[in-house]
Parts: sequence; structure tokens; C-alpha cells
Amino acid sequence: MNMQINQPVRLTAAETALVEAFAAQVGELPGNGAVTGTRDRLLDDLKRSGLPTRRIESWHYTDLKNLLRSVPERVVGGVSVDPIAPLVEGAKVLSIVQGVADNRATIDGVELSVFRDQLADGSAVAGLAAFDKDDAIARINGSFVRDGFALSVPADVAVEQPIELQAVHGAGQVHTRFPAVFGARSKATIIERHCAVTEDAALVSSISDLTLQDGAEITWIILQTQGADDTHLGQIRISLGTDSKLRLFIVNAGGKLVRQELRVEVQGEGSEFTLRAVNLLGGDTHTDVTMVLGHNVPHTSSTEIIRNVLFDKASGVFQGMIKVAPDAQKTDAKMACNTLLMSDDADFSVKPELEIFADDVICGHGATVSDIDRNHLFYLMARGVPENRARAMLVNAFVAEIVEELEEEKLVEALEGVISDWLEKHA
Amino acid sequence: MLEIKNLHARIAEDGTEIIRGLNLTVKAGEVAAIMGPNGSGKSTLSYILSGRPDYEVTEGEVLLNGESILELDPAERASKGIFLAFQYPVEIPGVATMQFLKVAMNEQRKARGEAELTTPDFIRRVKEAASELKIDMDMLKRPLNVGFSGGEKKRAEILQMALLEPLLCVLDETDSGLDIDALKIVADGVNALKSPDRATIVITHYQRLLDYIVPDTVHVLYKGQIIRTGDKALALELEANGYADIIGRAA
Repeated sequence: MNMQINQPVRLTAAETALVEAFAAQVGELPGNGAVTGTRDRLLDDLKRSGLPTRRIESWHYTDLKNLLRSVPERVVGGVSVDPIAPLVEGAKVLSIVQGVADNRATIDGVELSVFRDQLADGSAVAGLAAFDKDDAIARINGSFVRDGFALSVPADVAVEQPIELQAVHGAGQVHTRFPAVFGARSKATIIERHCAVTEDAALVSSISDLTLQDGAEITWIILQTQGADDTHLGQIRISLGTDSKLRLFIVNAGGKLVRQELRVEVQGEGSEFTLRAVNLLGGDTHTDVTMVLGHNVPHTSSTEIIRNVLFDKASGVFQGMIKVAPDAQKTDAKMACNTLLMSDDADFSVKPELEIFADDVICGHGATVSDIDRNHLFYLMARGVPENRARAMLVNAFVAEIVEELEEEKLVEALEGVISDWLEKHA
Repeated sequence: MLEIKNLHARIAEDGTEIIRGLNLTVKAGEVAAIMGPNGSGKSTLSYILSGRPDYEVTEGEVLLNGESILELDPAERASKGIFLAFQYPVEIPGVATMQFLKVAMNEQRKARGEAELTTPDFIRRVKEAASELKIDMDMLKRPLNVGFSGGEKKRAEILQMALLEPLLCVLDETDSGLDIDALKIVADGVNALKSPDRATIVITHYQRLLDYIVPDTVHVLYKGQIIRTGDKALALELEANGYADIIGRAA
């Protein structure tokens, strides 16, 4: 059918750098025989098909092959990066510095291990596999991952203080994993934080794998504040059990090239999935949030609200696919994507998709793109607020509205602080 | 305090002329009522005074204490002392009312070269003014005007007016949508702000509000011009006979 299919792919500079980086680390990457075998296969797949281009549907708006111009070399030793203060005062910090997890960390009531141990004993091997041939993030991460934290909250345990998974790094490459199992009726708030502390380019890939057992109620926050030259490839995999509730909150406020993938499987009746995402995009950057959400059983609900603010020449993408299985009756799913374009040179693409095979469901999606409301601007100015300040207040309000849904005061305050700091720098 | 001379203005978008040679003088300490039928240009006048960008002034002058304001943007006019109490205050989700009040007060102070308020001083002022207007502090914890009833929105406007201490207050149909109790509270709030160095323009359809905010002068606006000026007796005459009489005589 296609003559090109048998021709070898000509590798780009970035692809070549990945292949070479892998070769340089052979024998050094943690893992038993099974893990090493899986790594080899993943890298081989990457080498054979290359990074995805716009011809791959799920990467149509983020042509990774063209956008990823180069890959920084791995920095070995001599990196002076220190952990930073937690986002929320009192949070228990699990620190990952330059991709290496602190194995002395403990949290009362939480079973904790470092991911490198799971690689070494081979228990991590099943999770390394890619979903499909287009799953470039799993290929890269599975090939190179060195560490992270595996956490498990036993049944009926409510973890009082938020847990912060704090991945800080300087230049180079960082590949991390965070498998997390939340036992029946457990409760916890987790902050997954990715933060560059120097300005030099880094390539970061990170995969979180969340399992919520029956009745678990979890808040998971991803705060991405990478540097201006960084590439961040994130993936979060979610499985929701009966009557479980997950509130997932994503803030993208950094990075040059960012892709955040969400693969959500709603597996238990009575479960609820909530996604709120704030994308603050400026400069000459590209950020992509791609979600595939499966409602697989009856009586489940989900809501997603994505708010985007774009300045300068930034571009952004939200792809949201909701699949409702044939027997997933009474599914209630609502998705909204609202964009504030503050520059004529910025653009945002939205692709909502509904695949519904059940007949008794409520499914809806909506998208808006706007400038600041003139009536709002006039009202603030008529009270003496100068135009620039009034505009900043209104942009802030546009995203603050969904941050406030989190309700925990300290968390709301901390995230609003991150947002207003970003706006002060970019607006 | 305010002098409007031969003012002509139109809607920027389609060029429709709304104000057609309007003259009006309001002295310090004066309460001037502007009445007129629907579509006569009353709200437009309030927007032109406050600098709404949807309108263009094509001719004439607007002077505040002898200084032209037409080149100033709405925020600059506000810090010079012009305050518009909106007919329909907008709801702004995500902007906390208290934060908004603090920013507005301090930005005006900054623009006038005054020191910013400290937080305790700010809170004290808000509490005092709110209690005068029977505004619950819980209401001020909500986002700006969001979920406020019609009466609460109008009281919130007067609260802002009290806190910002303007020189010229323009009340655009502040009585619309108010029941009689709310009307009294709002009118008391406005009356409490009367002072020899502050002028007030009350725009209204009905005499009712003027029972509570007693005007020194009453002006009838029709087709973008003041066609008759009198004292409070004029408002009573309008209430009794409608606008047709006066319009007929002016034509």
C-alpha cells in the first residue's frame, strides 16, 4: 500500500541524540533482565518509527519530530540542585533531584519505595510497556527512566497533609515515574511538581500511574513550571474503581515544548472524574494537553474544564476524547475549553471528540475563544484601576475561577500565587 | 464643578448621534436631576462623563473644575473624582470584591500622589461604610457582584462611591429594580455623601427617587439636549403631566 513503509526512517538530530544517549547508558540504566529487554524493545521501536509527526492523528497538532529540535546531553554528576520549599506549607516532600529519588523519605501511613528498586527487581516491567505504536512518551520514558517514587496508601487511611512529589532539575535529561495505588476508601492530596531551577535546556519525561480502588477520594495536582528552553513530556494514567473520586488539577506555567497526556479509564460504577487545567502560555512556546477518557461502566460522571491564556507567539492544543462504552448507560460527561487570546500572534487549537456507544447518556462539550470582556474592563477602569492592572486582574480572574474550586484555602492561595507571578512576568 | 458646553456625541460603531448640543452646569454642593423619556440620551451622557470607549465626542467641551476631561481614559477620570454608579453593575467572576475595592482605592490614591492605605485602615473603612449601607461583610467575600440581588448590587455601588469619595457622583437610574426599603437605604447612602465640595447628578425616569434625594435643579433631556431646567417642582410637574407637554412646548 505504501512504498515508504519499508524504507528506513531518516533520524533527526534529536532522534539520533536519543539513540546515542541510550547507547551511552547501556549497562548503567537500572533494571533486571526483563526490564532491560523491555527498554531495548522500546528504544528499537523509537528508532524504527522515529518521533511522531503530524501525520499521526493523536500528534497532528504537535509535530514532535519537527518541534523537538535537539536533545540536551545527560548531565552526570556535578549538578548542584537543591530541593525547594514545598508549594503548600506543611506538605510532606518526596524529593527527586535531577531524576534521583531520596530513598530516606518516609510518610506515616504511606507505603513508599523508590522506583529504581522496582526496576532492579523487575516489578516495574509491566508498566513500562507503551499503549500503542503512537505512544512516544512511553517509549522515551520506558527506555530511559531511572527513578521516581512508588507510593501506596492502604485502605481506609486518610493522609492528612498533602504529599509533594518534587522533581527539581537543572540542565540535561530527567526521566521519572510515579506509580500510585490508593486503597479502598483512602483519602489523599498529592502535588506532582516539575520545576526547573536553572535556565539551561532539559528534556523531562514523566509518567504517573494512578489506581484508585473502591471509594478512594484523591486530589492530584500537576504543577509544571519548567524553564524557557525545556521540553516536558508528561503522561498520567488513571484507573478509577467503584465510587471513587479523582480531582485532577493541572497547571502548565513553563516549558518550551510541553505535552501532557491523560489516559483515564473509568472502571467502577458510581465513580467521578474531575479535570481542571490552567494553561498559561507565553513566548514562542507550544503546549499540548491531550486526554483520552473512557467511561466503561454504567453510572459514572466526569467534568473537564480547561482554561487557557496565551500571550506573544504561544500556541496551544487541547484534544479531549470521551469514549462511552456500549453498556455505560447513565454516563454524565461534560467538557469545556475556554481560551483567552491576549495576542494576535498566539493560537489555540481545540479538538473535542465524543465516541458514544450507549444510548442513555448525557455528554456535552463546548469551546470558547475570546478577548477580555470590554464591559468588565470598563467597569474596573471606571473605578480608577489603570488599564494594564485591570487587564491583569481580569486575566487572573479567568483562571482563578477554577482554581477556587479546589476549596482548600492554602492550596488555592499557593496556586493563585504561582499564576499571578507568571502573569506578572509575561503579561 | 462640571461644565458641559455644546456637547455632541455619537456611538463609535455606527455613528448614530445621541447627544446633540447639550449644555449643563452643575455647581459644587449641588444635586442635579436629569430626567427624560426613554432614548433621550440619559445613560449615554453618564457614559460620556465616565469615558466609555463606545462613544465619540464630535464637538463641545466637558470641564471638571475648569479642566477638560475628554482626553482622559476612564481610570484617569475616576482618579480626578468622577464616579459613575452603574445602572447595571457587571458581575466579574474570579475578582474578589475586597481585593477589587482595595486595588481601586489604592490606585486612585497613587494617581493623586497619596500614600496607599494599610490593610487594617482599609478594612476599617470598608466595615464602617458597609454597616451604614446595611451590607453584610459576608457579601463582600464573594466575587464582585456575582450572585448579588438587584438591591445588593446597587448598595455595593453606593459602597464603592462612599469609599472612593468622588467629587462628582453620577447615579444612572440607581432606583431601577429597587423595592422601597432598598431605595431608602440607597438614598440615605447618597444623602450621607452630600457635601459643599461634591456635586451629584441623579439620572432617573421617575420622581420617586427624588422624594428621597431632593434635587436642587431638575433638567429635562430630550433628543440629546436639555430642553428645560427648573427646580424640584419641575419633577413634580413631569410626574403629573408626563413629558409630552414639555416636549411639545420646546418643539
